[in-house]
Amino acid sequence: MTPLPWLTVLSGVAGLSLLSVGGALTVAPELHRLLVGELALLSDAQFRAAVALAQSAPGPNALYTAILGWQLAGAGGAALVLTAFMAPSSALALAVARWGGRLEGRGVRALRTGLAPITVALVASTAWLLAARAGGPAPLAVTAAAALLAWRTRLHLLWILGAGALLGSLGLV
Amino acid sequence: MLPVAQRVLCEERRWLTREEFLGLLSLGQALPGPNVCNLSIMVGHRFCGWRGAGAALLGMLAVPFAVVLALAAGFGHLSAHPAVAGALRGLGAVSAGLVAGTALKLAGALRATPLGRPAALALGVAAFGLVALARLPLPWVLLMLGPPAWWLATRRLAVTAPPAAPATAPATAAAEEPPP
Repeated sequence: MTPLPWLTVLSGVAGLSLLSVGGALTVAPELHRLLVGELALLSDAQFRAAVALAQSAPGPNALYTAILGWQLAGAGGAALVLTAFMAPSSALALAVARWGGRLEGRGVRALRTGLAPITVALVASTAWLLAARAGGPAPLAVTAAAALLAWRTRLHLLWILGAGALLGSLGLV
Repeated sequence: MLPVAQRVLCEERRWLTREEFLGLLSLGQALPGPNVCNLSIMVGHRFCGWRGAGAALLGMLAVPFAVVLALAAGFGHLSAHPAVAGALRGLGAVSAGLVAGTALKLAGALRATPLGRPAALALGVAAFGLVALARLPLPWVLLMLGPPAWWLATRRLAVTAPPAAPATAPATAAAEEPPP
């Protein structure tokens, strides 16, 4: 096996980090072009499996970059690629948290106020797209019940998730 | 992820109000990177400086990272099992519902938005239509709706913010209330 072109991989991943407005999956096509197309380090099936797995597992979707790293070079590769992906955007968020406060009352406050309704709509869109992917009347009924419970009660979310997993494993969803 | 963050930060620990949560999430959304990670960095920084930000980010990623690697190692034969596949389907349906519940809760935080309810509703409907129905990529949607939303917010905040004119402030607030 030829040594991996780590510098190209990690600098590519770190650069995409700063372009990932709207979540890690927005740069998935670009990352696919780099790792599957240009460098031919992974197969298309591997890449798609990584995305599907990260979406179905708990935690941020950004973890698909860790699975890609795992496919490249095991656990060390996973840590390297995830770090390369998280570091630039996290540094930017930290900078905004640290120095953005000085602009409070002007730009940042207006940005937050203006974006708030859009953010609510984006959360609703995520729910819509997730529900559409599940499809069928039984999953929709489960989705609606979970929404109502999460919205109106203080029932612990793990109970709701556990009930869903149980119904699913019994073949009822 | 988001439903849990909202539940813990606003309801269990009461570190943030719903409005503050929505504000920080909006900023996290507009920045590159996962919105929940950006949110946790900003919350961590707010309470404990850069150490808090680092701890929050690590806390957010460490366990899911381990879980995802374990799954990647053993997922192949596990997911073939019908009970496991069914459980994942059930979890998918529930998580869609939890996210919808979070959207409903956050919508409540918009009740007192300085934008005024009609404008906030219009922006929300437009964003939902463009993202959920037209399936446009988020950066485009933010570029289309962000500047007018920012402009409107700047104007409305300029009208409502100065405390120097208490006589006009209630009148403006009343004027912004939608008709019952």
